Amino acid sequence: MCSGRVDMGFILRAFSNGIDGVFIGGCHLDECNYITHGNYQTLNMVLLFRKIMEHIGLNPERLKIAFMSGSEANVFVEAVNDFISKVKELGPLGKSEGIDREELKSKLAEVTRLVPYIKIAKREKLDKRLKSEEEYDKFYTGGEIDSLFSEVVSYYIDPTKCQACMTCAKRCPAEAIISVKKQIHVIDQEKCIRCGTCFEACPPKFGAVTKFVGEPVPPPIPEEQRTVIRKSKEAQAG
Amino acid sequence: MEVNVGAIILSPGIEPFNPKVKEEYRYGKFANVVTSMDYERLLSSTGPYQGEILRASDKKHPHKIAWIQCVGSRQVSDPARGAGGNSYCSAVCCTYTQKQVILTKDHDADAECTIFHNDIRSYGKDFERYFQRTEALPGVRFIRSYTSIVREEPKSKNVTVRYATPDQGVKEEEFDMVVLSVGLNPPTGVKNIAEKFGIELNHHNFCKLDSDNPMKTSRPGIFVSGGLQGPVDIPESVFSASGAGSQVGQLLDYRRGNLSRERIYPAERDVSQEEPKIGVFVCHCGANIGRIVNVPSAVEYALTLPNVVYAQEQLFSCANNSAREITDKVKEKGLNRVVVAACSPRTLEPLFRDTLREAGINQYYYEMANIREHNSWVHAKEKEEATQKAYDIIRMSVARACRLKPLQEFDLPVNKAALVVGGGIAGMNCALSIANQGHEVHLAEKEAVLGGIARKIHSTLEGLDVQAYLLDLIEKVYRHRLIHVYHEAAITDAAGYIGNFVTTVKSDRGVTQIKHGAAVIATGAEVYRPVEYLYGEDDRVMTHLELEEQITKGEEKVIHAESVVMIQCVGCRNEDRNYCSRICCSESVKNALKLKEINPDTDVFVLFRDMRTYGFKEDDYREAANRGVRFIRYEPQDKPQVEPGESEDGRPVLKVTVTDYILGKKLELDADIIALAAAVIPSAGTKEIAGLFKVTLSPDGFFKEAHVKLRPVEFGTDGVYLCGLAHYPKFIQETINQAYGAAGRVLTLLSRDMVTASGSVCEVDEKKCMGCGACVSVCTYSALELRETKQGKKVTINPVLCKGDGLCNTKCPTGAIQLKHFTDEEVLSEIDVLIPEEEVTQAVDAA
Repeated sequence: MCSGRVDMGFILRAFSNGIDGVFIGGCHLDECNYITHGNYQTLNMVLLFRKIMEHIGLNPERLKIAFMSGSEANVFVEAVNDFISKVKELGPLGKSEGIDREELKSKLAEVTRLVPYIKIAKREKLDKRLKSEEEYDKFYTGGEIDSLFSEVVSYYIDPTKCQACMTCAKRCPAEAIISVKKQIHVIDQEKCIRCGTCFEACPPKFGAVTKFVGEPVPPPIPEEQRTVIRKSKEAQAG
Repeated sequence: MEVNVGAIILSPGIEPFNPKVKEEYRYGKFANVVTSMDYERLLSSTGPYQGEILRASDKKHPHKIAWIQCVGSRQVSDPARGAGGNSYCSAVCCTYTQKQVILTKDHDADAECTIFHNDIRSYGKDFERYFQRTEALPGVRFIRSYTSIVREEPKSKNVTVRYATPDQGVKEEEFDMVVLSVGLNPPTGVKNIAEKFGIELNHHNFCKLDSDNPMKTSRPGIFVSGGLQGPVDIPESVFSASGAGSQVGQLLDYRRGNLSRERIYPAERDVSQEEPKIGVFVCHCGANIGRIVNVPSAVEYALTLPNVVYAQEQLFSCANNSAREITDKVKEKGLNRVVVAACSPRTLEPLFRDTLREAGINQYYYEMANIREHNSWVHAKEKEEATQKAYDIIRMSVARACRLKPLQEFDLPVNKAALVVGGGIAGMNCALSIANQGHEVHLAEKEAVLGGIARKIHSTLEGLDVQAYLLDLIEKVYRHRLIHVYHEAAITDAAGYIGNFVTTVKSDRGVTQIKHGAAVIATGAEVYRPVEYLYGEDDRVMTHLELEEQITKGEEKVIHAESVVMIQCVGCRNEDRNYCSRICCSESVKNALKLKEINPDTDVFVLFRDMRTYGFKEDDYREAANRGVRFIRYEPQDKPQVEPGESEDGRPVLKVTVTDYILGKKLELDADIIALAAAVIPSAGTKEIAGLFKVTLSPDGFFKEAHVKLRPVEFGTDGVYLCGLAHYPKFIQETINQAYGAAGRVLTLLSRDMVTASGSVCEVDEKKCMGCGACVSVCTYSALELRETKQGKKVTINPVLCKGDGLCNTKCPTGAIQLKHFTDEEVLSEIDVLIPEEEVTQAVDAA
C-alpha cells in the first residue's frame, strides 16, 4: 500500500473524531517502491487539504507530511517528535482556533460531503508532479479554495423537461436519483456527489438536467405533482 | 550419518579477525577497547545491555568514541612485528563503521564519534551517499591517520590514542571507548574443510577461485558461496549463494522436485456469515516486548474488546509450537479471526496467515498488531505509556479484524521460457545457466554482435584472458539449442505479468512477439566520455579502456612512454554522479602493472582520492607500489591541472600539476600519456527499459533491485530479474556471480507450474463507476481500463496486474474502486477506535 492510499476522507474522519493532528509518512519523492510515484499525489492532497483547513478556520499545521525511507528511523523519530510538540503547542482541535465543537463537526461534515466534488474539480492538480518546493508553494492559492467552495456545482432535474426515461437514474453512481416509472425524476441532494454523470447522461433531446454553480437548486417538486406527461402524448392531445 | 548427494555448496562464512593476536591493540587488556563485533552486540536490543551502549568498566554511556579502521586488514606481513594481520582489505569495515556511527548518534545525539581511517572505501551501491551522510552528522570526525593505543587511564579507564594530522602533527587524545573495526578472516578450520572436501585454497586461505567461474572450486561438483570466496559484503554473498544454487541446478535438474512434498491444507470453512469471533495472541518476543509492555495486562485488555472471545500471551509467537498453538486454539474455540500482537508484518505475516489456513480459515482473516517496532523498541523508557499504546494498537487491529473479508489468491500458469535483455557477460552467463536447466531462453542484444563492454577488456587482475573467455562463451550461447539470439534488438513493448509476459522485439529477425515467464535485465553500462583534462582535445589523453586497448596492441607511444599519469574519479564522486564507479582504482592498478611489466622504467603516477582496491585487489595495489608506481592523493576541491608543455629536455609533454598532501607541496609532473579513470554510467536505454518492464531506477540512474542487501538480483516487480553492470559497476567475477544468481532466482519461478498472486488487489463496483478515468491515469501498471458499456464508460480491472498500491482507490470520487484488505471501511474502522469512546466523551464534557 502506498501513502497515496491516504484519502481526504481518512483525515476528515480523524479530525471529526477529535484527533488534534494527523501525520502522514511516505517514501522519499522519486524513490517509489512501486512505479506509480503516488507520494507526489499524497503531497498534493496534503497541500490542498491544508488550504481547506485554513478555509474552515483550522490551523493547517495540524496536518503534516514527511518523506523517509524504511532505514531512516532517526528521520521518522525527529519528524514525529517535532510534530507532536507542534500539536501540543497548538492545543486541542477547534478550541484553540475558537470554533466550538458542534460548529467544527458540521464544517467537517460539509467538507466530507464535498470530497467527491473536490476530487473531480481538482483532479488535474492532484495528479501533478512538480519539481521544486517553490513551485509547490504557490500550487494552491487561497482564492482558489474560496472559489472551490463558493462555486460548488449542483445538479437539478427540470420537472418541465424530464420524461422519466430512467437513463440518468441508471447511470447515477451514487444512486441519488429518485426515479419511478412515469414519474418525474428528482435528485436527492443529500446523496448527490455532484459528479455530473446525470448531466452527461440525460438524452440531449430532453436536456432536463441543469447545472447550478454556487447557488442552491430549487426545491424538489412535490411528490403528488410528479406524474409525467410524455411530450409525444402531449403533442397528440394538443 | 551418511548422506548421498549429487553436489555440494560450501558456505562456511567468515570469522572476524581476533585482535588479541596483536598485542598493540590492547584488546582484552583495556576494558574499554572493544571490537566492532562486540559493539554490534552492544547496539542490539538482545545484546548484553538490552540495546544500551554501556562501558564494561563502569556501565556508563560512553560519550566520546573512536573507531580504528583496518584492524587486521591491509597490513604488510612483517615477521618482526609478530603474526596476525592480513594483507588484503576486508571490504566491509568502512561502511559497517559508518553504520555504527549513525546508530550511535541515534542512541545519543550528542555522542562524539571519531573515525581513524586510511582510504574510505565506499565502493558499493549507495555507499558514497551513506559516507556523506555519516560525515555530515554533527560531532563526527573522520581523521586520516595511523594510530596507536597508548594507555588506559587508571581511574577513568578511558583509552588514549596517539595519531597524527598534517596540520597538528602527532597528538594524543582520550576516548571513553575505542572500537576496533576488525576485518574478515577465513572461517575457523578452513584448512580442515579444504582437506576434507579436497578443494584448493589460495594463499590467504580462502577458496581458490576459477577466474571465469568464481563459484567453482578445484573439485567438480563442489561449489562455493559467500565469505569463503573472499571478504565480501551481503549482496555479493547473495549473488554467489543463488548462483551456486543455479550451478547445482544445472547438474541435478533431472532430479528437480523428487524430494519435495506438497502441503495439504484442510478445506476452508465459510465463516463470512458468522459473527466475528476474534482470538488475540500477544507476544512477549522474549524480552523485546515483554520487558517494556505489560503483556498480561494487554491480554486482559484485549478480552474487554468487542468480538474478542479469546486472548492469551505467548513467549515467541513465531516459534513452531506457538504457531501450532494458534492453529489449535482457532479450532478449539471456534475462532474465525486472529490478531497477533507482535512485530512488523513484513517478515512474519506469511507464517501467521499459514496458521489460519492450517485451521481451515481464510488467511486474510488474519491481522497483525505491531507492538514491537512501533512500540516497545521506541518507547523503552516509557513503559507505562507503551502499555497504553499497545492497548490502542490492539484495539485498532481488533476493529479492523471485524471487517476483514475472505480473499482468494490467484494461481497463474507459468510460461517456461525466459527473456534475457542484453548479451554481455552477464546476459550470456545467465542465459546459459537457465538454458542448461532445460528452459528456452530468448537473448536480445542491441548490437550486431554479442559481448557487450567486455569486448574492450583484455585481462583481469586475476589473470583471465577476457577475449578468449568471451569467444568461448559466445560459442556456447550460439550452440545451445534452447537459446535464441536476437541481434540489433530493440524492445518496443513489454506487456503481461509474472509468468506471462509478452514482449515485442524488433531485431535482425524482424518484429517478434516473445511469450515468456521471466525477464532478466542485463543491459550493462557505458563509459563516461570525459570533458575534463583535455580529453577529446589532445590524443595523449585517454580513458583506461582506451589505454588497455593500446597496451594490448603494443601502441608505440604508450609502451615507450617515459611517463604516464593516471587520474582517478573522472566524472563520478561529484555533484553530477554522486557514486563511486567501484572498478576504476583496480583498473588503473592493472594498467599500471602492465606498463611496468612492459617497461620497468616508465614512470607511472596515480592521482587518487581514495584507493578503493578492496578485497584481494589490495595485494595488486601493494604490488604496484612495490614496483615503483607512485600514488599521490588529491582533494576534490584541488583537482590536478593539465596543460600542454615541454619537459626540461625539450620533449613535448602534458604538464600535470597536483598538490601532494604528504609532502605538503605542489608537484609538476611531465606526462606523455594521461589515462583517465572515467566513470561507469548507466547505459543509454536504461530509462526506456525501466519504463517498459515497469521497474524502478536508483537515484544514480542504475536499476534498483528489490532490496539492496537481501534481494540484489530481483526487482520489486515480480518476474523481472537483474544482473551485471545494469545494477551497478562491478568486476567480471562479480558479474558472473550475479548472472548465475539471477538465473537461480529465475529457476525458482520457471520450475513451478503456477505462481500465486496476492488477494489484496483492487476491485471495481461497476454500478458506482462514473467512467471518469481518474483511476486509469494514475495506474502505471496498466491494470485498469475504461470500457464502453450500455451504462456509459466503466472501468475494469485486471487483478493480476494490480500491485495493490491503492492509488486508484483514493482517486476515485465515487468509491467505486476499493483496495481489498485495505478498504475505506477497514481503514476508517481503525481511525474510529483510535480514541476510545470514553475518552471522546470525556473530551466533549471537558470542552
